[in-house]
Amino acid sequence: MDILTAEFFQRALIGGALIAVTAPLMGLFLVLRRLAMIGDTLAHVSIAGVALGFLIHAYPVAVGLLFAILASFAIEWLRRKYRTYAELSLAIIMSGGIALASLLFTMGKGFNANVTSYFVGGSIYTLNSTDLMVIAGVTVIVLTMVLIHKKELFLLTFDEEAAAVSGLPVKYFNIMMSILTALVISASIKIVGALLVSALLVIPAACGLVLSRSFKQAVILVVIIGEVAVLAGLWIAGVANLAPGGTIVLLLIGILAVSITTTRIMRA
Amino acid sequence: MNTTASIQQAGCHQEIIRLDGVSFSFDSQVVLSDVSFKIMERDFVGLIGSNGAGKTTLLRMIVGLTQPQKGSITLFGTPSSKFKDWDKIGYVPQRNHFNPLFPATVKEVVLSGLYGRKRLYRRISKEDASRCEDALGALQIQDLGDKRIGALSGGQQQRVFLARALINNPKLLILDEPLSGIDIETQQSFFHMIKHMHQRHNITFLMVSHDMDMVRSYLGQEPKEKCGKLSFYVRHSHDLENCEGTDLLHSLRKEG
Repeated sequence: MDILTAEFFQRALIGGALIAVTAPLMGLFLVLRRLAMIGDTLAHVSIAGVALGFLIHAYPVAVGLLFAILASFAIEWLRRKYRTYAELSLAIIMSGGIALASLLFTMGKGFNANVTSYFVGGSIYTLNSTDLMVIAGVTVIVLTMVLIHKKELFLLTFDEEAAAVSGLPVKYFNIMMSILTALVISASIKIVGALLVSALLVIPAACGLVLSRSFKQAVILVVIIGEVAVLAGLWIAGVANLAPGGTIVLLLIGILAVSITTTRIMRA
Repeated sequence: MNTTASIQQAGCHQEIIRLDGVSFSFDSQVVLSDVSFKIMERDFVGLIGSNGAGKTTLLRMIVGLTQPQKGSITLFGTPSSKFKDWDKIGYVPQRNHFNPLFPATVKEVVLSGLYGRKRLYRRISKEDASRCEDALGALQIQDLGDKRIGALSGGQQQRVFLARALINNPKLLILDEPLSGIDIETQQSFFHMIKHMHQRHNITFLMVSHDMDMVRSYLGQEPKEKCGKLSFYVRHSHDLENCEGTDLLHSLRKEG
């Protein structure tokens, strides 16, 4: 069991525990606003940024974050252009991100292996202290912003028009949510990988939707589910020598399956 | 006592909404052209028009979601671009505007009527919670408070949205097609409730509808004004001698 006490594994636990708070929390808001696929989209754009980071020898996570923020603004802008077709904006930006990433991949032949192994599949075991600081910073920012605005974010998510009629600065809130989403996604990529990032955003929210009656319950529940899946997933993966990202996501899907069947039994 | 066209005599009644030559078009299609109308305190205005007549656009402009391309809108004597007292306006959206799986209880939804610019960064107080109870009581849905909003029937949901609009003790209540998508019986009891509120309380109504019969039964056969495809039916009620506002929720509740 010495893997459990190894420093890299402890870093993984800390990073994972932090991301398991913020990703499901933001995911709940995103799912309820019909932007469930934003995780995938921003992750792919972020990968393009990471590739550019390697190419110009900058901190890849930072360049990825910059790309994600720009992309989230573009999504919000397109979402307003095509009012009821929020998913259209995601599809456009996602293909743009993949295209850009593949272009950058062909330009820098030396780092392809790094990008694919560290970011596409995730590399929670290679978190360094800079990564941990970034993740901790993101967690503090996201929690503070969501907690001070929790009433307003509820109204904005439940009924954007009513929020506007109440005189809330809806535009400012939408920009804030875009930035927070970009922050969470670019920080999560290194942990679960670009391919699996949306699982951590979306699956806890999907459980919350079937299990909770109130919004407050849903918020608490998504965070608990995120924590259970990430910590248990890391432990199982560590002990059984499995891929951590994949283990976490399969656990999440297992929790979702149990949630759906139990509510069905209870309601029947 | 409560007939139309006696607005001018009521000295203490202020202008609630004033539209001056409001125009709007999508690309080349004119939706509203030169609409002018005044809504006085304690008026009940029924805004009738066929689909595409510009009802929703006009409503969106009044509540500040869309800007008029020409003309001006004045709310409570203030140009709408400078208007800040949004808590004076209660807004009941079209039903089925929300996702039925949304995890929110009736109480959470009703309380959200209080979350305006003026309460940013303030916590929900005990007083807020008791206002919520009052609003639920006034609409006789107090036993639904902890139910999930999506689990309610259409008529119950409509009451929840009305409770949300009333929790701020608004001076103006705007209802966008409140009667659509619910059965006739529920429609009648809902409309009866709004009529009752209009007759007894210091509150002004603007209701958008395409249900001519129900509107005409209360507001009269002929519109007070016509503007393009829009008709404004008006009934004024000023049997309250005293124009000072009382707390709507408390008095509604007492009447039970």
